[in-house]
Amino acid sequence: MPILVRCHKGIGPTVAGTALVAADNFSARYDLDRHRGVFSRPSHKLAGQSYADRILVLDTAKGGVATAWMLHEMAARGIVPRALIFNRVNPILAQGAAFGGVALVDRFEGDVTQLFRTGDELRVDPAAGLVEILNRDR
Amino acid sequence: MRLSDEERAMLAGELGAVRRWGISHQIAVGEFFDAADFVPVSQAHVMADTESLGEAGLRFLEGLAASPEAERRVRVPTITDPRGIDFAVYRRLRQTPEMAALEQRAIEALRAFGVLMTDTCINYQTIMAPVRGEHMAYGDTGVVIYSNSVLGAYSNFEGGPSALAAGLTGRTPRYGYHLEACRRATRRFRLTVKPRDLSEWGALGGIVGEACGSYWEVPVIEGIETVPGSDALKHFGTALASFGSLALFHMPGITAEDAVFAGSPPAVVTIAQDGIEAFLARYAAPEDKLDVVVFGAPQLSLFEIEAVARALDGRQVHDGTTVIVATSPEIKHAADRMGLTSRIEASGAVVAQGICFYQGYAREMAEANGWSRLMTNSAKLVNIIGGYGYRPTLASIERCVDSAVAGRVL
Repeated sequence: MPILVRCHKGIGPTVAGTALVAADNFSARYDLDRHRGVFSRPSHKLAGQSYADRILVLDTAKGGVATAWMLHEMAARGIVPRALIFNRVNPILAQGAAFGGVALVDRFEGDVTQLFRTGDELRVDPAAGLVEILNRDR
Repeated sequence: MRLSDEERAMLAGELGAVRRWGISHQIAVGEFFDAADFVPVSQAHVMADTESLGEAGLRFLEGLAASPEAERRVRVPTITDPRGIDFAVYRRLRQTPEMAALEQRAIEALRAFGVLMTDTCINYQTIMAPVRGEHMAYGDTGVVIYSNSVLGAYSNFEGGPSALAAGLTGRTPRYGYHLEACRRATRRFRLTVKPRDLSEWGALGGIVGEACGSYWEVPVIEGIETVPGSDALKHFGTALASFGSLALFHMPGITAEDAVFAGSPPAVVTIAQDGIEAFLARYAAPEDKLDVVVFGAPQLSLFEIEAVARALDGRQVHDGTTVIVATSPEIKHAADRMGLTSRIEASGAVVAQGICFYQGYAREMAEANGWSRLMTNSAKLVNIIGGYGYRPTLASIERCVDSAVAGRVL
C-alpha cells in the first residue's frame, strides 16, 4: 500500500521517478553544471551527483532569478530533474516550473527532507497536491 | 484567481496570443501562491541573459516577437537587467562570436516587444527609482530588495518570463511582497560593529541572509548608528538576497517602512566584528596567484567607479591578472565623459558596460582564460561564482587593486 503525503496544490504534470534528497537549498545558477547535469557547487550536499530525471527533494530555493529561464532551457535539452519537491519555494522556482513545464510541489506537513529518502520511488501529482511513495509502506 | 473583464479577455486570446501566454503564465504562478487577484504594475524589469535563456529560451522569445506589433508591445515601461556580452570588450574576455550572436538575437527579440535596453541591475540609482507604495515587477533580486526595503516599493522576485509577462499584461499576481501581511518582520539582528567598506556591508548581508535562509523571512537590523549610503545598502541588500533569497529588510529610522513584527518580537541575534572577520576568512587565500579581479554584481555606481579609478591611478595591473569593472551603460557614458574610464583603462583594467560577470558565460571564460582565483569586493559574487568553478576571495576595493597590481592575493 503506497504511502500518501499531501501538500499544497503545485505546478506541472503528474510524473513518477526516483528521489534524490538533501537538507540543502537550490538554485540552477549557483549549484549546477547544467551541461554535465550534476551539482557543481563544492559546498552543496549533492555535489558531484547527477540530477537528470531524478525527483529532487530539498529545503528551499535560494539566490537569484536565473532559474526561471534555466529550467526551461534544461528541459529543452532533456537534462532536467523530473520533479521538484521542496519545503517552501520562492517565486522564482514557481515561475521557472510554470514556464519550463516541470512538476513542482511544496508546503507539506513536516520536513520533506525527512519525509522522503533518496531512492524512494515517488509519484508526484501537483494538481491534486499529492505525493505517493510507491516502494515502501511505512 | 478573481479576474477582471480585461484579464478574462486576455486569457481568451482576444488581445492576441502573446498576452494570452503572459496572463496564463501569471495565473499559474498566482494560483500556486494563492493570489486573490492581480495588481497593476508601473514598471517591469526583465532578466534575459543568453546563458540562462539558452537556444530554447531564445526561440521562445523570437516566437513571441514574431507576432503582430499591436499584440506584442509591452503595456508599461519595461527595462532589462544586465546582459552577458559587451560587444566592445567580449573578445578581450575571450567570449566567443557565437555568444555574441546569441546576444544580438536576444536584443532584437526584446526590442520587438518595446523593451528599453537599460541592461542594468542598478536602475534605482540610474534609471528611475520607485516611490513608496508603487507596485513593480522587478527581475533582479538586488533591485527588488533595495526597492522594497530602502524605497518602500512592492515587488516580488520576477524571473525573466514572469517580468516579461508583467510588461505585456501591465499587472502581476497579488501575492508575497505585494501584501502588507508579508512585509512584517520575522527576525531580529543587532549590530555591535560598523562595517568599514562595501565588502563588509556585503559580508553582513551574507551573515544575515544565511541566518534567515528563506524568501519569506523579513529581518530587522538594529544598532546602526550612522545612516549607510546607497552603495552600502546596495551591497548589503544584494548579499541578503543572494545568500538568503530575501526580498525585504527593515532598518528602523533608515528604511522606508516601520518594522512591525508578525507576532511578539523574536530573540535578538547580535553580530559583532568577529562575525564579519569569520565570514571574510571563509574566502581568504593569502599569497595565492590571482587570475581575475571583478568589480560588479551589482554594477558600479559613479562613486564606486571613481573609487576604483582613484585606487588604480598611476599603477599597472600585473601581467598575469585581469581586472574587469562592470557598470551600466548610463554610468559608463558618464565615466567616459568624466575621464574615469581612461584613468581605469590606463592601468590595463577593462571597463565593460551593460553586463554582469556571472551572467556572461563565467565557466567558459574561466576555461578560455585559465582563470581560477577570483577576487572581488562583492559578497554576492563570491557566493555565486563557486558553482562556476572559481575560487573566490572577498576584500575591499583597495585590497583588490593592491592584489591585482601584485598579481597575488594580498
